[in-house]
Amino acid sequence: MIEFKNLSLTYPNGTKGLKNINIKINEGEFVVIVGLSGAGKSTFIRSINRLVTPTEGELVVDGENILNHNGKSLRELRKKVGMIFQSYNLVKRSTVLKNVISGRLGYTGTLKSIFNMFPKEDMELAYENLKRVNIEEKLYNRADELSGGQQQRVSIARVLTQKPKVILADEPVASLDPPTSHQVMKYLKQINQEDNITTIVNLHFIDMAMEYADRIIGMRAGEVVYDGPASEVTEQTFEEIYGRAIREEDMRGGEENE
Amino acid sequence: MNKPDFVPSSLYPAKTKRTLTLSFIAVLGFYLISSITTESFIINFFLKIGNITELVGRFFPPDWSYITVIYPKLFETIHMAVIATTVAVIISIPFSLLAANNITTNKWLYNVMRFILNIIRTIPDIVLAVVFVALFGIGAFSGIIALIVFAIGILVKLMSEIIEAIDMSPSEAIKASGGNTIQTIWYAVVPQILPQFISFSLYVFEINIRASVVLGLVGAGGIGQLINQRINFLDYQAVSTTVLVIFAVVVVIDWISGKLREGLV
Ligand SMILES: Nc1ncnc2c1ncn2[C@@H]1O[C@H](COP(=O)(O)OP(=O)(O)OP(=O)(O)O)[C@@H](O)[C@H]1O
Ligand SMILES: [Mg+2]
Repeated sequence: MIEFKNLSLTYPNGTKGLKNINIKINEGEFVVIVGLSGAGKSTFIRSINRLVTPTEGELVVDGENILNHNGKSLRELRKKVGMIFQSYNLVKRSTVLKNVISGRLGYTGTLKSIFNMFPKEDMELAYENLKRVNIEEKLYNRADELSGGQQQRVSIARVLTQKPKVILADEPVASLDPPTSHQVMKYLKQINQEDNITTIVNLHFIDMAMEYADRIIGMRAGEVVYDGPASEVTEQTFEEIYGRAIREEDMRGGEENE
Repeated sequence: MNKPDFVPSSLYPAKTKRTLTLSFIAVLGFYLISSITTESFIINFFLKIGNITELVGRFFPPDWSYITVIYPKLFETIHMAVIATTVAVIISIPFSLLAANNITTNKWLYNVMRFILNIIRTIPDIVLAVVFVALFGIGAFSGIIALIVFAIGILVKLMSEIIEAIDMSPSEAIKASGGNTIQTIWYAVVPQILPQFISFSLYVFEINIRASVVLGLVGAGGIGQLINQRINFLDYQAVSTTVLVIFAVVVVIDWISGKLREGLV
């Protein structure tokens, strides 16, 4: 469980990224965060694995307030909270397998990892996860030989190899075309259901949010302005969150082209 | 057709022409003053051409029997370059990371590293050699130390610039999955810089071979020491043998290392 208690974040330059957030996210939920550019979606998500540090309030993950974590305790937190990025963030010159096994680094000693000495179970886990996203035949390809959708699947395999309790995804489909976007979202949804991993995804496409989310959180100017089950959300709700009429660019569309 | 009221007489405006003329006179004046104060006129080269041809004649034919003396010193030069390059490469790794502002986010530490690096880089290799010969005495050891310091200056500068240009997003991913700093560098930074790093190391090896010849002239070991000695004995035929051997070795090593580097990047 993740709980935001009166949580605020002010960036060093004075920008308020988050303003007094109170939210509880339950285990196994699939939450989509929506909001216009600059609303604070990334700040919200990146607080949970402390890529940014909130300045006031409490943030409880798995029973611990994470705001004072550093060094070892911070790495322990990050082992539990995996992350997927808009630009995949793979090491392009390394093989697919090496990228995926790097999800185990948090569990591996420094010296062992320098000599690539991963236990057999870890190699097996990495390969199984590649199979889960159907990319196992690219095992020894260099990451930059893969298409965007394939790279994002590799990054999903990497995050799975980390065996997280929570997966954070910051705009995971923003660089992909519509069919590939749906494919990636389907993998995320499937993993969420099969492994009961709490999943929090930033999206700015309202049709995708409605299709994949259990729950939608709407943000505007650092505040949570909507929180409710996806089944109750209508286009009207989005117009309220965005504070403007829905436009074509707010829709990903394209599922039927699959 | 009426006559045009203006025909440009030059391709450049009068102002540009004036500036050019003035600069030309200034440069010419500078040459004159420099030559007078240093008492070295280019014309001397032509006046003394007779001496030169006479001296050059004394270098021929090369004394091939001298080769047996050259070999051990030649290997000493190569050994010096190999040891110095290896040590310099190892020492450069941490310092390159410390001198890259995307890895070393502590401004203070970064600026101190840059400052030290810039100081090292202003000292010419030959000065380093003179200093270390004074400290450790004549011989290869002083030369090796001088080469190490010299090579570190070059390598850290080149490498830190490569590191500053890498894609930081994989580092963020490794950090976000619970990897520690060393693991992040090893998995996300090293693969991006390794080819250039090897290439630069070979390049520094080439430079070290040539530098170690020069260092010998001030007593820092290697084949350069022979040249110095033979010139003092006016044994010019042995000098020309040595120079030819050095030339051949430098060409071969540059060629091999050039081929290796081509395959890398
Ligand atoms: N490192 C930073 N320093 C200062 N201000 C920042 C920083 N990162 C984000 N901000 C500001 O905080 C606010 C929230 O940014 P955030 O990146 O969380 O928005 P977002 O909803 O993810 O937007 P987008 O859809 O464009 O990714 C913005 O006003 C942004 O300019
Ligand atoms: Mg964002």
